[in-house]
Amino acid sequence: MILHEFVDFEILRVIWWGLLGVLLIGFALTDGFDLGVGTLLPFVARTDIERRVAINTVGPVWEGNQVWFILGGGAIFAAWPPLYAVSFSGFYIAMFLILAALILRPVGFKYRSKREDERWRAAWDWALFVGGFVPALVFGVAVGNVLQGVPFRLTEDLMSIYEGSFFGLLNPYALLAGLVSVSMLVMHGAAWLQLKTEGMVADRARTFGAWAAIATIVTYALAGLWLAGGIDAYSFAGPVATDGPSNPLMNAVVKGGSWMAAYEARPWIVIAPALGFLGAALAFLGFRTDKEGWTMLASKLSILGIIASVGLTMFPFILPSSIDPNSSLTVWDSSSSHLTLFVMLVSAVIFVPLILAYTAWVYKVLWGKVTASDVVDKSDSVY
Amino acid sequence: MELDIVELSRLQFAMTAMYHFLFVPLTLGLSIIVAIMETVYVMTNRPVWRQMTKFWATLFGINFVLGVATGITMEFQFGMNWSYYSHYVGDIFGAPLAIEGLMAFFLEATFVGLMFFGWDKLSKVGHCVVTWLVAIGSNFSALWILIANGWMQNPVGAEFNPMTMRMEMTSFFEVMFNEVAQAKFVHTVSAGYVTASIFVLGVSAWYLLKGRHVELARRSIAVAASFGLAGALSAVVLGDESGYNATHTQKMKLAAIEGMWETHEAPAPFNLFGIPDQADRETKYAIQVPVVMGLIGSRSLTEELPGINQLVDEAEARIRNGLIAYDALMQIRADRGAAAPELTAQFEQHSADLGFAFLLKRYLDDPRLATDDQIAMAAQDTVPGVLPLFWAFRVMVILGFGFIALMLFFFIRANFYGMRFPRWALRAAVVAIPTPWIAAEMGWFVAEFGRQPWTVDGVLPTALSVSQLSVAQVAFTLAGFITFYSVLFVIEIGLMRKYILKGPYMDVAETDDWTRRHTDRLTGGRGLEPAE
Repeated sequence: MILHEFVDFEILRVIWWGLLGVLLIGFALTDGFDLGVGTLLPFVARTDIERRVAINTVGPVWEGNQVWFILGGGAIFAAWPPLYAVSFSGFYIAMFLILAALILRPVGFKYRSKREDERWRAAWDWALFVGGFVPALVFGVAVGNVLQGVPFRLTEDLMSIYEGSFFGLLNPYALLAGLVSVSMLVMHGAAWLQLKTEGMVADRARTFGAWAAIATIVTYALAGLWLAGGIDAYSFAGPVATDGPSNPLMNAVVKGGSWMAAYEARPWIVIAPALGFLGAALAFLGFRTDKEGWTMLASKLSILGIIASVGLTMFPFILPSSIDPNSSLTVWDSSSSHLTLFVMLVSAVIFVPLILAYTAWVYKVLWGKVTASDVVDKSDSVY
Repeated sequence: MELDIVELSRLQFAMTAMYHFLFVPLTLGLSIIVAIMETVYVMTNRPVWRQMTKFWATLFGINFVLGVATGITMEFQFGMNWSYYSHYVGDIFGAPLAIEGLMAFFLEATFVGLMFFGWDKLSKVGHCVVTWLVAIGSNFSALWILIANGWMQNPVGAEFNPMTMRMEMTSFFEVMFNEVAQAKFVHTVSAGYVTASIFVLGVSAWYLLKGRHVELARRSIAVAASFGLAGALSAVVLGDESGYNATHTQKMKLAAIEGMWETHEAPAPFNLFGIPDQADRETKYAIQVPVVMGLIGSRSLTEELPGINQLVDEAEARIRNGLIAYDALMQIRADRGAAAPELTAQFEQHSADLGFAFLLKRYLDDPRLATDDQIAMAAQDTVPGVLPLFWAFRVMVILGFGFIALMLFFFIRANFYGMRFPRWALRAAVVAIPTPWIAAEMGWFVAEFGRQPWTVDGVLPTALSVSQLSVAQVAFTLAGFITFYSVLFVIEIGLMRKYILKGPYMDVAETDDWTRRHTDRLTGGRGLEPAE
């Protein structure tokens, strides 16, 4: 097969770097509001009916939303195998926490309302809270660590050895990044709830949403300032073959300087953080003035900007190593082979538009608010 | 090399994979059964078929959610516990997993919500299409997962790249149309159809024994028996195809399953019964049927099937060959891409056996320094545990033929004896409910345990595939998964039981409406009302 030679290896790598971003953003925009709703559940919904209303706003869509996460994992495996191998084994206990939370969540949605027992339901409500809050926090913490560099090194056989600990992940900067993540996903969950519910639940969602929008702006600004002032960046020590073999050890990397240098080299990327701030500010206004659809859109823009800003700032680095910078994974040396990237691109070009189309159709069918009477009348078929 | 990590990681994988596969076969089959029922409803408009659709869909939903939840673990634990595996073969193995997500899982998961929440929001036909999309999605899902697994059994379309120290894809076409993967796919989904059919049959039989929901139960049996009979026949035929493939691709697995230590002159006999003894290298108390093994394994009377001892000798030769490749590889790597052409030629000539040299990594860091004893030990390691394989396989096959008999009986009674089922047969159907799960787990055990000591047959040993973690870390997550999964299992069984005891949800208004219309038709003289 020589078809893949028509697209340069270098270009394929950049495309897959972009698609990785698309998947992460897709996950945050869809499953993100599920996580936010889970986190908000005990606070915006007090009675059983209210909680069922809140749960049923995400009931029909969480399964599809969660596939963005699964697909993200699969795409990292297929397109960036070293990243998959190093990060999942390195962040071992953190990954386990995310898995545990994400296993708890579907079961909570599905099983909570299958029994009348109050204690049963209260227990699942907390499971849903944990299932929303823990992944939201851990994702942010992981990004915070990636920006600082992660303590791993590769042997000559390219076996990954991780020398940090789980508690090492919980450093101050990473926790701040975790707060950014929780704030923005809570904002997003609140935006979804005020769009899909009415009455008390929607009112409380607006209040929490407005605060979460402010928290997003503040924590994101602090994280940015800290990144500019106190965190070492990584860069290549010499020229790099952008279409060379995927062996991270072949490129020398040095630690030092500021990540903000990216904004001098590529000034246009400032659009990403600007969108992050602007979206959150508009969401805040939307929450205060009851503009339901606009608030949701603003929240989406903010998340898009915040996640994109991390990737664009670090490019071409994906996972720097703090203890052995030469082991750092970058776009130019940790991808799949030329052929695999091409095969995966063809599949993505065929299926991603299809996925977007039928997902949009499902949301359209489910359009409209979930009300208390929906939950009571159709008690047998809803959660 | 920490052996404990290897054992713990294997235990964790076995536990999470086998647990995941408690839910998958029911999802595969029940999704189609529900879609068939709904299609009949759309075509006939009879409320009882809508009732059936909704009832079995409820049980499908309870099961589906755990399949999804435990599937998340499967997608991520390769990176967590098997990071060298992920690096070494991710270029090939990752692609089908990602395509599974793109093509199948997205479809299934997006529409499953609408399947439960969309009854009032979609037209009848629209909802039926959604149900079919869920069924198609879940079955396509199995296709890509088995393409990935088939590659681990028969790694085609890939070669080793010394510059990146990993296997890289050379032909996606070969990976996708791997004969092993295709046979396994049909075998596995067929097993899923049998599982779901026996589940539906058993629950319906219980209703009939109790005299409850008779209309629903009898029709459900009719669907389950037809679908299950086709599934059971297909599972056995394609299982045989998998065995035939193994004759060429995984000789050691086949020999171990048969407890066949010595190479027998063709055609070989089949061990019907026996107690394989790994230490004495013989199968004791063997009861043999002449000729049959030769027929199953090679479909000929003249082709010789190698025994375990002969295959160990071959493995030893391949290890020595692999060491030549390994030596060349180390020099090529040291030269960083500027290696002499004769070195590259030496590597390429022997690279097919490189994986065999890695078997020595269990004993020493540099395989090139291995003694003859160590090489002999590594060759012995290529023999998987014969006794468990021998019996797991036989239990699966016996159950498989039992399923055909059970389904055939109910199929005949449903179609030619006016749905009159003897009570003993109904009781047997209830008792049979857990058996397809046993057969399915045995099947996976044979496939995966039989591939040992390899994760990818002949390419990467299991002992080398693991992540560099501490025993405490793996033990912690293993304990976590066991606790977590046990609790979920108890809850799941409890809810299944509750909803089966509760029975179908009666849509009184719709049933009355339907009866009225038919009475009208009857008085109009346009046909007799069926015995509702």
